[in-house]
Amino acid sequence: MISKRTEIWVGLFVALTIAATLLLALRVANQGMSGGGETYKLNARFDNIGGLKPRSSVKVGGVVVGRVSRIYLDEQDLIPMVELEISSEYLLTFPDTSGLSILTSGLLGEQFIGLQPGFIFPEDIVMIEEDKVCETAPYTDCPYLTAGEEVFDTKSALVLEDLIGQFLFSQGDE
Amino acid sequence: MKFLQNLGKSTLETISSVGASSIMLYGALFALPTWKNVRLTIAQMHVVGVQSLLIIMVSGLFIGMVMALQGYTILVNYGAEGSLGPMVSLSLLRELGPVVTALLFAGRAGSALTAEIGLMKATEQLSSLEMMAVDPLRRVVSPRFWAGVISMPMLALIFSATGILGGHVVGVDWLGVDAGSYWSIMQATVEWDKDVVNGIIKSIVFGLVVVWIALYKGYSCIPTSEGISKATTETVVFSSLAILGLDFILTALMFGIS
Repeated sequence: MISKRTEIWVGLFVALTIAATLLLALRVANQGMSGGGETYKLNARFDNIGGLKPRSSVKVGGVVVGRVSRIYLDEQDLIPMVELEISSEYLLTFPDTSGLSILTSGLLGEQFIGLQPGFIFPEDIVMIEEDKVCETAPYTDCPYLTAGEEVFDTKSALVLEDLIGQFLFSQGDE
Repeated sequence: MKFLQNLGKSTLETISSVGASSIMLYGALFALPTWKNVRLTIAQMHVVGVQSLLIIMVSGLFIGMVMALQGYTILVNYGAEGSLGPMVSLSLLRELGPVVTALLFAGRAGSALTAEIGLMKATEQLSSLEMMAVDPLRRVVSPRFWAGVISMPMLALIFSATGILGGHVVGVDWLGVDAGSYWSIMQATVEWDKDVVNGIIKSIVFGLVVVWIALYKGYSCIPTSEGISKATTETVVFSSLAILGLDFILTALMFGIS
């Protein structure tokens, strides 16, 4: 027979376990924007992706706006293609002229994609407001980046060996 | 000649003991759950789990504190003391939590289980149960088995959580690491399904192995006082070796070449 005392102790043990699990789940583990939900996809091509990995973050001025979902080689040109997923919160925020570059956090840290928002021509603003090109599909005339579009202004990752080579060549010229 | 004979004999004994332990496990596992069995299991969880809490929590606290101390002295050379959080939490969640908890569990609860069942065998309580048409595997071995398998992951989680808090006390309060960096870099690095869940899986596997070895050694011991003492020692030694070996295999599967 188990006494009330035993049951209370086992109950406290289970409660302590649940508290520990909650601590680990909420305070320790990643509570990143994976809970964000809706995203839209963008594509980009780079000459060298460096150390970029799937699930690397996409940041605008340090603020995480999305993640890298897929990295693959384009079949015809054999150029690395990166597929990004940006949170739908930022739909119709980044102009077509935005640039992507692969940056490193810290000196030896992990690499992420930095998005530099571009500019909108004044005549495009008129087009958005009067012709409402950003509200009906297809969005090809919309000067903002929309789902499935490719970003053309890209800067690849800095490869250490190329940098050293450039430095040595510039020294040799002198 | 004698050497080869002994070698063959001990190999056959080992194989037959593996078989016998599997038969015992089969008999203990497939017990239909009745309300009486659940009460027995809860009583055993008290013995096996609750009474191990003190040693697990104190060990977890001290291990977390030592890791923070040692980690700080190295990381501060690279200006990376903000990374103390992920260092302590990843080591605990992935490796130290399950392994050290399992070793302590084997030493404390495993040896107690072996001694208890060995004494029941020596004082013929198990045979008397059989005489009364009560299956000793179902009545005695099965509750202890389930209690161990359920308690082990719980203890490992408590160990890791206490260790992380201990690391916080030493790192942030005593050594001056920034509290915000401690938690935020940890949150950016530790992943639920890769680190925490893998730690839980490891601790379930370790719990199963420790309890299985402990119960089998008790169930099959020579029913004398020397036999019980030998069985208890073998439980601790074999469990520890099995834990460390399985830890390597599981780590290679989970975190290794993929």
